[in-house]
Amino acid sequence: MTAIAAIATRRRRQDRVARGLLALGTMLALIPLALILYYLIVKGIGAWSWSFFTTDPTGSFFGDPGGIKSAILGTIEIVGLATALAAPVGIGVAIWLVEYGKSNPVATAVRYFIDVMTGVPSIVFGLFIYITLVLSGIGGTFAGWKGAVALALLALPIVTRSAEVVLVLVPDTLREAGLALGAPRWKVITRVVLPAALPGIVTGVLLAVARAAGETAPLIFTATIVKTSSFDLGAPMNSLPAQIFSDVGQAQDRLVTRAWGAALTLVALIFLFTTLARLFARRSAVR
Amino acid sequence: MESASIGATYGGRPVIGRPPLARLPDRLVKWGLAALSVGILLLIGFFFVRLYIEARPAFEKFGFFGFTFTNNWDVHAAHFGALPLLVGTLITAGVALVIGVPVAVATALFTTEFCPRRFRGPLAATVDLLAAVPSVVYGLWGFFVLIPKLRPAEQWFSDKFAFLPFVGGHVAGPSYFIAGLVLAIMIIPIVSAITREVISTVPTDQKEAALALGATRWEMIRMAVLPYSRAGITGAAMLGLGRAMGETIAATIVIGNAPVIGKSLFDQGYTLAAVIANEFGEAAADPLHRAALIAAGLVLFVMTLIVNAVARGIIVRGPARERGTASEAFGATG
Repeated sequence: MTAIAAIATRRRRQDRVARGLLALGTMLALIPLALILYYLIVKGIGAWSWSFFTTDPTGSFFGDPGGIKSAILGTIEIVGLATALAAPVGIGVAIWLVEYGKSNPVATAVRYFIDVMTGVPSIVFGLFIYITLVLSGIGGTFAGWKGAVALALLALPIVTRSAEVVLVLVPDTLREAGLALGAPRWKVITRVVLPAALPGIVTGVLLAVARAAGETAPLIFTATIVKTSSFDLGAPMNSLPAQIFSDVGQAQDRLVTRAWGAALTLVALIFLFTTLARLFARRSAVR
Repeated sequence: MESASIGATYGGRPVIGRPPLARLPDRLVKWGLAALSVGILLLIGFFFVRLYIEARPAFEKFGFFGFTFTNNWDVHAAHFGALPLLVGTLITAGVALVIGVPVAVATALFTTEFCPRRFRGPLAATVDLLAAVPSVVYGLWGFFVLIPKLRPAEQWFSDKFAFLPFVGGHVAGPSYFIAGLVLAIMIIPIVSAITREVISTVPTDQKEAALALGATRWEMIRMAVLPYSRAGITGAAMLGLGRAMGETIAATIVIGNAPVIGKSLFDQGYTLAAVIANEFGEAAADPLHRAALIAAGLVLFVMTLIVNAVARGIIVRGPARERGTASEAFGATG
């Protein structure tokens, strides 16, 4: 009796130790998140002011370093164009995979390489756009739209994979009902399948936007880092990540303060999109 | 049109089935979308070829193996051997795996098996937030917070444990270790998310069977959950490895950018991705330097391709997934 009790105690203790270790691991994962958010808010809020958002970086070595207006505008323009490029293509590929390609060899290959694309480092996309669009001098050298193409390449696999998952979940009975009523295939897709899957697709697009907005590496040698605000996507364009990267490299207190402020702005933007994505995901009828 | 042969005709044209003009949009959509999809394949092929062509001057001058495995990256002498960068990439990614994977797996196990049910969703979402923080912000935080705060602890460790290999000596601020630590934090969300997904495919009846035989929760995890999901967790770790190797900006900021092979974990180094981001500005005017950077990108590309292909192979073909889908086919709630 005592022997059994002893074994039971030992096993129970083991269980408690394991539980404690797993809880500890979870804490270890959450600590950096809390620390990053803490420092972002503490150091970032101090940099925020009206002029921080309404002036361009001055670039002057002494005195007022200026704000981040051009960086915010640039990020919105570049990410906006990247989304406009990646969303239709990504959703189109997903529709083809689900509605036409199914499991034929070409579709299998496309699926595999879309997966491969998610693993390609973002700097390699940047290099590729640099080689094909910047070096070749199409429409000048560095330009906002070239940065947008690099980000679109990055966002494309995210859009496609998430859209494919929700399209597959649309019940076949809906498609069959549409076809049985005499609707052609393309009408079934645009009027029945897409509306049913829309919230899920929007979630995927928003997540892709959030991912693309935080990327630095592909932008520094496609859109580069400039000071002035620009509405011309054909000209070099600033962006929040690039601005932060350049300010960190300067290691001057005033610029580092601006980097914290810009980082808080960027993270706030990204969390906004992530939260929107979650809201859409919750509303989604098809899961 | 088979329907035409069995259907009635009116004016020599089948009543069932559409006139050719009405069938046109359907074909356009079908082939248009197919062209788009195949276009993606061609684009990736084009990628590879263009990168290779632009990198060729470097490979021609030093040879492929000479470029990749020579320990001499000297911009001023125009000699480019990428071994210090390759070693830096492997060390930082290795440190990231050693620190990040246990934490990520522990988080996934805690979330799915121990956490009270109503906290599961929020806890998983919170860990996922780590993935929403941009790389450059990790770099900023690592450089201005992590490096100064950890330095005394690192120096203490380096002095006390100098008998260990790759430990000892003066602790540089930015180092392999700091870069690995930052990369570890960055791969936790992806490794944890995939592990959660893999664990959720473990059939409930196996877990319940273990519990019914009197196993404690931990014993149930060890006997039912872990053996079943081992392949999937390995795959998740490999995907994390791919991520860590390709991560650019955060590593660039905290690695120290010294193109030599450091003697200890606390020395400054360089990675393949960091060298591209850092030296690109100056390389624009020097064709050989530029080719060398693109060659470094190509080496990185090939490495991540291999790692990712292996990872996908393990996750997709792992026994967990096969049995998981089989049990779904039989209507089991797995």
